[in-house]
Amino acid sequence: MAEFVQVVVDGVATGSIYGALALALVLIFRSTSVVNFAQGEMAMFSTFVAWGIHQAGVPLGLALLGAFAFSFAAGAIIERVVIRPFEGGEPLTLVIVTLGLFLLINSAAGWIWGFNNRSFPSAFPDSSVTIVGARLDVESLGIVAVLIVVVGLLYLLFQRTGIGLAMRAAALNPDASRLVGVRVGRMLMLGWGLAALLGALAGVLVAPQLFLDPNLMGGVLVYSFAAAALGGFDSAIGAVVGGWIIGVSENVAGTYVNFIGADLKILVPLGIIFVVLLVKPSGLFGSPEVARA
Amino acid sequence: MSERRVRIATLVAALAVAILLPFFFEPFRNNQFSLVLAYSVAVLGLNLLVGYNGQISLGHGFFFALGAYTSALLIAKESVPYLLTVPAAGVVAFAAGFVFGVPALRLRGLYLALVTLSLAVVAPQLIKRWGSLTEGTQGLTVNQPTAPGGIGLANDQYIYLLTLAIAAVMFLLAWNLVRGQTGRSIMAIRDNEISAKAMGINIARVKTRVFAVSAGYAGVAGALYVFTVGFVAPESFTVTLSLGLLAAIVVGGLGSVTGAVFGALFIEFVPVWAGDVNQALTGFVYGAVLIAFMFVLPGGMASLGKRIKRIRKRPAKQDTRPERTERTTAREGLT
Repeated sequence: MAEFVQVVVDGVATGSIYGALALALVLIFRSTSVVNFAQGEMAMFSTFVAWGIHQAGVPLGLALLGAFAFSFAAGAIIERVVIRPFEGGEPLTLVIVTLGLFLLINSAAGWIWGFNNRSFPSAFPDSSVTIVGARLDVESLGIVAVLIVVVGLLYLLFQRTGIGLAMRAAALNPDASRLVGVRVGRMLMLGWGLAALLGALAGVLVAPQLFLDPNLMGGVLVYSFAAAALGGFDSAIGAVVGGWIIGVSENVAGTYVNFIGADLKILVPLGIIFVVLLVKPSGLFGSPEVARA
Repeated sequence: MSERRVRIATLVAALAVAILLPFFFEPFRNNQFSLVLAYSVAVLGLNLLVGYNGQISLGHGFFFALGAYTSALLIAKESVPYLLTVPAAGVVAFAAGFVFGVPALRLRGLYLALVTLSLAVVAPQLIKRWGSLTEGTQGLTVNQPTAPGGIGLANDQYIYLLTLAIAAVMFLLAWNLVRGQTGRSIMAIRDNEISAKAMGINIARVKTRVFAVSAGYAGVAGALYVFTVGFVAPESFTVTLSLGLLAAIVVGGLGSVTGAVFGALFIEFVPVWAGDVNQALTGFVYGAVLIAFMFVLPGGMASLGKRIKRIRKRPAKQDTRPERTERTTAREGLT
């Protein structure tokens, strides 16, 4: 029982990281209808920036803040320069462009920092607490807490502030929003900036558990896609709940199903994406898509 | 009529150059050329799916790997004559593509991209998991085809010409497929699925078959790859391969048969050239080229000639409409 609790809590913790990156995907999808294949690589790059600043002797907390600020600016610039010219185009074009970004950022990081593994310090103390006989890391609990706070903040931003309202309006109907004075372009940049920031958060949360290298987020991205698909690509709550479901099922399957083990864990999100998209393509919390001629 | 003659002459000249090529280069180069031909078959297959039919696949490395392993295992473990493994690899990949194409019917645009991407990610893992059959991480070495005695060809030349012959057949088949009625249905679905349906095209049948044919092409390409390389390992079939194939159709030209050769040249020689400079340069060039082509030349290299001609002809700023082949239309795929 204790082992099971531990497996589940660890699953929720990794699921929270998937959820954070999935939130970033959802944020961009909602504001620009783009699925950003480069989201994971942007997060990896931000994590390297945090690492670099920290390496230069700056305390970890400040280094993280610096990396977040960098990510926000970089995200907004990428939207303006690379994505904007293709906005509203065919999905294929946008998939190709974001895949191009994926390769570009991945290799840029490899070029600058090399392909060696590096350890990344955790922002949480390395201790554990015992609940119902299970030893739970403070880090795991901290990650879950961070995600919950982030979701709360996002909710407040979108539902309770003028900027949030403008962002939602710009995504829903750009032309009408322009007519009432919303600066649609700015809102899209803001959306990408926030998504990049969220991605950076996911990156610095996951990096202490894996090793920091240019392929840090490759696996995480697939899990996050699964989380976003499961929750519904346009639902923030869905992304988080989806992340948890993926994290827990992956961990449980990896521990208790012999055939899957550590090697084939990746089949779990694949299977989930597949089943969800076939049975309920809009996901658990998403709104169904409507096709018109 | 004269334009047709020019095209035929170009084709004949290109074929002559392709046949004579291996007699002017050393074995190392000839192997690279053989690989270009193998990749061009896969690129062509992917283009049937993406460029002509508008279904996005980021997972064709999976079918490529399936074909490669089918051929390698048949040769190494069952001693099947290597020529027979080409259709075998094609059929296995075709069947897998058909099975996969049925659920793919319900997925459009981005969602299909996501699912196929996971297919690409999972391929090396699956190969390792069935290590008892595939020899796992250490890979499988295969005897390459050897030139029959008495025809005066070195092995590398023989493999190249063999690959060229098979690739030529595959190109001919593809060209034949896209220019007839079937091709028109395939493209009609890309351009507007709902109108295509209204015209009486059986969408489900066409789409699943195109998926299967496309996967079959990747499978044949996998077998050809085995002939040239003589070795298969999980690490040869990572996501990079799948993304490279996609980059190749963008470079070559979406919805273009001849473009596949340009694309294959690109994915074979860019890594060779870039790897000398820096380990990371290949990905960098792939990424930059993908974005740059979308900005500047969305029709790929195959459209370059037309593009130049149009710019020269254009008196004023009239007629800047994109050509039919320059963009694939699948807008309905997106919410």
